[in-house]
Amino acid sequence: MEKFETFTGIVCPLDRSNVDTDAIIPKQFLKSIKRSGFGPNLFDEWRYLDHGEPGMDNRKRAVNPDFVLNDPRYQGAQILLARKNFGCGSSREHAPWALADYGFRVIVAPSFADIFFSNCFKNGLLPIVLEEEIIDRLFRLASEGRALEIGVDLQAQRLFPGDEEIPFEVDPFRKHCLLNGLDDIGLTLQQVDAIRAYEARRKSEAPWLFC
Amino acid sequence: MSAKTLYDKLWESHLVRSDEDGTALIYIDRHLLHEVTSPQAFEGLRLAGRKPWRAGANLATPDHNVPTTDRAGGVAAIADPISRTQVETLDVNCREFAIAEFEMLDHRQGIVHVVGPEQGATLPGMTVVCGDSHTSTHGAVGALAFGIGTSEVEHVLATQCLIQKKSKAMLIRVEGETGAGVTAKDIVLAVIGRIGTAGGTGYAIEFAGSAIEALSIEGRLTLCNMAIEAGARAGFVAVDDKTIDYVKGRPYAPAGENRERAVAYWRTLHTDEGAEFDTVVTLDAAAIKPQVTWGTSPEMVAGIDQPVPDPANESDSVKAEGMSRALDYMGLEAGTPISEIKLDKVFIGSCTNSRIEDLRAAARIAEGRRVAETVKLALVVPGSGLVKAQAEAEGLDRIFIDAGFEWREPGCSMCLAMNADRLEPGERCASTSNRNFEGRQGQGGRTHLVSPAMAAAAAVSGCFVDITALN
Ligand code: SF4
Repeated sequence: MEKFETFTGIVCPLDRSNVDTDAIIPKQFLKSIKRSGFGPNLFDEWRYLDHGEPGMDNRKRAVNPDFVLNDPRYQGAQILLARKNFGCGSSREHAPWALADYGFRVIVAPSFADIFFSNCFKNGLLPIVLEEEIIDRLFRLASEGRALEIGVDLQAQRLFPGDEEIPFEVDPFRKHCLLNGLDDIGLTLQQVDAIRAYEARRKSEAPWLFC
Repeated sequence: MSAKTLYDKLWESHLVRSDEDGTALIYIDRHLLHEVTSPQAFEGLRLAGRKPWRAGANLATPDHNVPTTDRAGGVAAIADPISRTQVETLDVNCREFAIAEFEMLDHRQGIVHVVGPEQGATLPGMTVVCGDSHTSTHGAVGALAFGIGTSEVEHVLATQCLIQKKSKAMLIRVEGETGAGVTAKDIVLAVIGRIGTAGGTGYAIEFAGSAIEALSIEGRLTLCNMAIEAGARAGFVAVDDKTIDYVKGRPYAPAGENRERAVAYWRTLHTDEGAEFDTVVTLDAAAIKPQVTWGTSPEMVAGIDQPVPDPANESDSVKAEGMSRALDYMGLEAGTPISEIKLDKVFIGSCTNSRIEDLRAAARIAEGRRVAETVKLALVVPGSGLVKAQAEAEGLDRIFIDAGFEWREPGCSMCLAMNADRLEPGERCASTSNRNFEGRQGQGGRTHLVSPAMAAAAAVSGCFVDITALN
């Protein structure tokens, strides 16, 4: 995983609550056996006017000019601003893959669905929970006039929209992993002895679990 | 020793280690795999030169992409090349990594959440995970079961553990007796209608109370299946005699002396008197009517005796707007009685409702009746090969076929329309599955979630009916 460095990026405001994983990446695209290449089909049903299928040349499809991702102001956006319960629905990781593949690195919302939230960290995406009030304000800033750019400093746990400074919470362990680009498996395999010891104890207590 | 919840017990017995900030490494007893969320995990394993930590803890079966029609041509005959590749890839990966798999043509193949309990591969007291959100299903037998993402699938394969934080504990108590025609599905839809689809976020839910105790294990599987639709990763029910009887004699379940030891342990798997929950919700079972969803989220649900609600009566403007959008998508007018909604298709199946008791309940309604002329397609898709065989031994297939239903091979089918079974734009479906999101059953498709009996009643009537009247 790549290290999460400080950056400044454009904010794309997606003003809908309960955006589910089927909307983030429709299921016809989940059939791939790869991890990459989902970006062009992110929000496919909202983003294009026709029905998308795998294997189509997305550059030739008619885009929906009313969908925020297609707004010229938000091209190259790296920060997605969303409403409550973002990422609800399926546990499939294609949703964060698609968001990351498109180029998003941060998602800011008042709340996230649990599994989606933890899947983000595992794929180098930083989900940030902020109070509804602040979110409302960011929506205003991001939708009016020119595109809003926000600086993201994970180490300091701060967002910088203009001169303002917005602190955010992040789990210390997840922060450590993102900042250092550490993958969970490598970390866990440092605990081999603890796992073996657990297994030995459990085997004597509950041998049927190891048949 | 302080009183513990069932969740505390399940959690603590699987702790390998924990850090001060609450991050824990927990041990996973059973890992279930299917073809959609595993290929990238196996790929990751291969790229890192890793092997499964304990191959025997894994069990795989293809379900999402398999055709439900004739399978004589085997995997090679799956028409959609991408579906075929996924199923083939699962077979190849399981062989390479020595993981047990019920392949598509195996008579034990089926939806992974039907197969696990059916095989006794998911047992009381286990931690069970799968790269699929409906893994909560397995909590019905007193297990801690939850869905994980593909990175975690790889993590479990490589380490047999997961990095987790403990959730808060919620108790949902359903007390009293349910009325006629009210099933586990209606109970769980009513629960979601009450607490909302985000109501359980951050919680592990224990379902209890006399109405839950009265449910069969299959009913509890339906109930726990939809815990995820209430926002909770895990839902479970304490072990009782029904659980212990249910598990008995299943292929993967312990036998002989091991069983005796296991049973003694399983009997401890309940919440202690006086244990505390972070949140308690109580519902009156007698007040629950057969449920039908009218919108595009499982919380948009009403009793069969009610009308489609009017957004104008909703004080929360965000909610009202969501309702309007849902009604628009669903092509429904506020105020229409639920019982006047007409269906184009009916789907009986999915990991929520495709077990033998579900098929029996649907067959009881279908017997001696005909699918309404206005219904274009009524599908019955058993949850596994074994469920299908059992249903055929009981003659249920004949009842369905004689009534004009199609009788199919096991798989996820029209629950999510990844194979050829799907809705066309604008088509309206009574479905026993668990999600009514926009486009879930096919682009533009309109889904109403209901119980198997209600789905069968809708098939023969062409609209939703109060099923107590049909019995
Ligand atoms: S039946 Fe539906 S919900 Fe269940 S595992 Fe299959 S696709 Fe998922």
